[in-house]
Order: sequence, then C-alpha cells, then structure tokens
Amino acid sequence: MALTIPDIKRIAHLARIEINDSEADKTLNKLTGILALIEEMQAVDTTGISPMSHSQDVVQRLREDVVTASNQRDAFQRNAPAVDRGLYLVPKVIE
Amino acid sequence: MINQSLKNLSQLLASKAVSSVEMTQTFLERIRQYNPTINAYITIDEEKSLAQAKAADSLIAAGTATTLTGIPFAQKDIFCAKDWRTTCGSKMLANFIAPYDAHVIAQFNHVGAVNLGKTNMDEFAMGSSNETSYFGGVKNPWDLTRVPGGSSGGSAAAVAARLCAAATGTDTGGSIRQPASLCGFTGLKPTYGLVSRYGMIAFASSLDQAGPMAKSAEDCALMMNVMAGFDARDSTSLNHPKEDYTAKLEQPLAGLKVGLPKEYFAEGLDADVAKVVDEAIATYQKLGAEFVDISLPNASLSIPVYYVLAPAEASSNLSRYDGVRYGHRTAQYDDLMDMYMKSRAEGFGEEVKRRILIGTYVLSAGYYDAYYLKAQQIRHLIADDFKAAFKQCDIIMGPTVPSTAFKTGEKTDDPVAMYLQDIYTIATNLAGLPGMSIPAGFSASIDGHDLPVGLQLIGNYFDEARMLNVAHAYQQVTDWHTAMPKGIE
Repeated sequence: MALTIPDIKRIAHLARIEINDSEADKTLNKLTGILALIEEMQAVDTTGISPMSHSQDVVQRLREDVVTASNQRDAFQRNAPAVDRGLYLVPKVIE
Repeated sequence: MINQSLKNLSQLLASKAVSSVEMTQTFLERIRQYNPTINAYITIDEEKSLAQAKAADSLIAAGTATTLTGIPFAQKDIFCAKDWRTTCGSKMLANFIAPYDAHVIAQFNHVGAVNLGKTNMDEFAMGSSNETSYFGGVKNPWDLTRVPGGSSGGSAAAVAARLCAAATGTDTGGSIRQPASLCGFTGLKPTYGLVSRYGMIAFASSLDQAGPMAKSAEDCALMMNVMAGFDARDSTSLNHPKEDYTAKLEQPLAGLKVGLPKEYFAEGLDADVAKVVDEAIATYQKLGAEFVDISLPNASLSIPVYYVLAPAEASSNLSRYDGVRYGHRTAQYDDLMDMYMKSRAEGFGEEVKRRILIGTYVLSAGYYDAYYLKAQQIRHLIADDFKAAFKQCDIIMGPTVPSTAFKTGEKTDDPVAMYLQDIYTIATNLAGLPGMSIPAGFSASIDGHDLPVGLQLIGNYFDEARMLNVAHAYQQVTDWHTAMPKGIE
C-alpha cells in the first residue's frame, strides 16, 4: 500500500481539493504513517463475518411521500456566496 | 453560584434568590474575564443570551419553569443554532449563520434554557486536542501550557473553568470522554441513536453522538432528559421509550458486576493513571461492586478500523462544502472545477484534508473491499466482543485515556501519536454503546501541576440510567468531581 506523489494527486483530484507538489510531498509523509496503521487490519481473518454499519437491528424508516417542509429559500440564501433572483450563481457548467 | 449543581441553580431561580438574567450576566462576566486567555468560546452574543434569560425569568414568574429553565449552557459550535454564527471550528464556515436550530439546540430552547455561546472545537470534530481549530487552540484550565483534549475542547475548558453551568459536546471517537478526563469533569456519550443528529454538523454519521458535559453524573442525567428522544428528522434516531435518566441514581451498588478489560490495562497505560484507576476500583469494591476480568480481543484493532471508517464517512459528509450554496468560496477561479478545488483547499485545515484524502482513498475503486468493507467486518467483531463481555458483567470500567493532558504542540507533528489518545474510547463508538468519563483523581506532572485523571465507564445498549447511577454512587463518596482549577476563582 505504498503511496506515491501521483497517487496523492489523483486522490486529491477525486476529493476536489487542489494540492501543489510541496503539499503533496508533506501529505505523503503524514499519510504513509496513517496507512501503515490501517494495514494492521489485514492480519485479521474476517471470512464469513457480515459488515456492520449500525449496532441495532433497524430498518430505514420510510414516510409518506407528501411535502412537509416549507419554502425557506430566502433564509437559506443569506449564506450564499452569490445569488441572483433566487438562483445560486456558479461558473458556466455546460459548454 | 458558578460551582453549583444544576439542581441547586434551579432552586436558586425558583426561590427568586437570583434571576436568570443575573445568573447569565455572572457567567458572561466570567467569560469576558477569562475567555481571552482560555479561548473556550468562538462566539458570544450577550444580547441574544440575555433575551433568552429574560424570557426564562417570565416562565419562572409564571410558575411554568422546569428544572433547566433559565440556566446558561455552553453549546459546542457543531450545533446549528438559528441566527447564531456556527463555524464547526473551520474557516469553511467562519461566516455561516445557521438558518435553523439543531434538534439539541431546540430541546434546550424548548425548556427555556439559555444559550451562553458557541464553544471552540477541533475543526469538523477531527482532533483530540482542539489544536486543529481555525479559531486557535484552547488552554486547559488546570495548566495553561497544556491542551484540554478534543474535539470538544472549548466545552471542556468552559465546564472546568466554570464559564458555564454545563455544556454540550459530541463524541465520535472519544471527543466528550477524553476532554472530560483531561479537564476533570463528567462527560457522557449516549447509545448511538438516542440523541438526534439533526442540525449537528456531520463528521462520521455512523459514529457521531451528542452528549452532556457537566460537573456531575446527576447534572448529566438532567441534561440527558432534555437531549434524548426520538426525532423523525434524523433517519438514525431510535424510537426508544422516553426515560427519566435520574430515576436510578440512588440505587445501591451491592451485587454490581464490573468487567475490567485486560487490554485496557496493558502496555501503553501511564503508571500514574493506572494508580488512580486502581484506587477508584478499590472505592467501588467498598461500595459493593464485584470485579471480574474480561477480554476484548479485538480492541487493538479499534484504531485502524476507526481510521478507515471515520475518514471514509467524513470524505462523503464534507463533499457538501463546495463553495456553491454556503461556506467559503475562493475569490478567483477559472471554471467550476477550479472553484471547487480552490475553495476546498483554502477552506479546510491540514488534518481535515488528510482525513478526507484517506477516506477518499479507502472508498476509491479497487480499494473499497480491502479497506472499508474489511473495517466494517472487524467493527462487527468488536461489537461482538462487547456482547460477550456483557454476559459476564453489568458494566465495564477502565482508564479513559492512557495519560494526562499533554503540552500544546507536543503531538501536532505526528498524527498517529494524536490518534492513540482515543485508544480506550474508540471501541465504544464503533459498537454504538454508551460511555462516560468521571473524575477519579490527579497525577502530578513533571512541572508540578496536578492533572486530572478520568475513569471510563462503558454500559450496555440503552443502560445510561444504570451507568449514571454507578457514576453517581462514586461521586457521593469522593469529591474529585468538585475540584476546581486554581487561578480562576
């Protein structure tokens, strides 16, 4: 599981976080230590063990498909970096 | 007043010996005096707090007050509070004004409690020392050169320094219990699903839980009565019957079986901490508890498992911070991708970025099975260890943290050393069990400061009332939990 600088850059791109060469280098060092920690898991035999994401045996609750929320666009858009006529402004998406 | 229990504060208000406005002003005055040094609070809004206090005084006058009405609480800055700046300790949300109340905040508002302010924390709850906060570190009131623990470091310092009557925190890998141990107060992480996460900024959704941080088990029980309860807006909220967490407080402990996990008393545990824990065990024996040795064979895997699952979930949760609808947006960008990449690079601190990268990696194509799935399987084994242990005992005890509060900057260069702070607390989050840390004594540091040591309790699912009883019984025959740091009278 030895990571390289190109690996770091690829992962950073997937995570949509810009990273330059010197940052990638520093990150590689710190991550290598953490990844060595994670490797300890490989020593355990988990054949036949079901993965656990929740401690209680519960099922996702469903609800009626009716509108219950009220329109609070103005309140929510007070935190927006750029809005116009109720729309969030971003750089052109479609060429 | 600043040292009084929640029950006594409630009585002071009910008897009109003091008003909520006066009580709130007392704490605000202390915050003005000490917060510049301790940095426990990120946001104070005296006008808002006093308006709430005034409304509480009306409820008290009308005779419709309940136990926590009018009492001032510090709220960890991870809870969205309507019209309050809510930063989660991050530059990403440095100017975010929450447009709604988290369930936890609404519950406190509903009983007429006062919001004293938003406390400092490790950025996006990722840390064990409060050193990753965009708003600066927090000083441990017991020794200002040391950390209070994290991620609920601000709430911890606020409780220890009496800058609030009590506080809320959140615990994903130990972020309530570890600071409680390092700062000498009582903290509780509930069974996963008992306290709604609606409006609580998400870090790791299958692990995060909000809980009380206060000066006693009884105070924590009173807060749990307000905080716990089903909320349909949190899809992981459990429809558990409403309980009075104070109901079992006074039960005698005779016949209580306590399990001591041998893995929590092995190498790595500070001798001084072990000594305090041993003395606490002796006290519990005098109270009638019987101790049995148990084993949690997969305990050592808690840290690797957590550092796969938590970053994975965090990488997903933090993908919402894209500079589009709220949060930091970079000033200059060529296109949408550039806007995302720069906003996130600028808005997140180093530790958060590291964890997002690990999370992205373990979830990426070709690695999901080897890492995320594997971790979920081992998580199952860890939960099974506890199930087996609870067949032999009613409650589990041990140290909360391997050592006492460390110096600021001591572990910031080595992420793994920092992660090992949570070695005894993490398994509890993975299994979804309730846990507490209570003050059990002190250990002298090399430079002559007495540093608090916590005893950890781990209960079975939904057994908070018994766990609080076990803590309360100890607090009736010891006074570690009443100790106050020097220099902040």
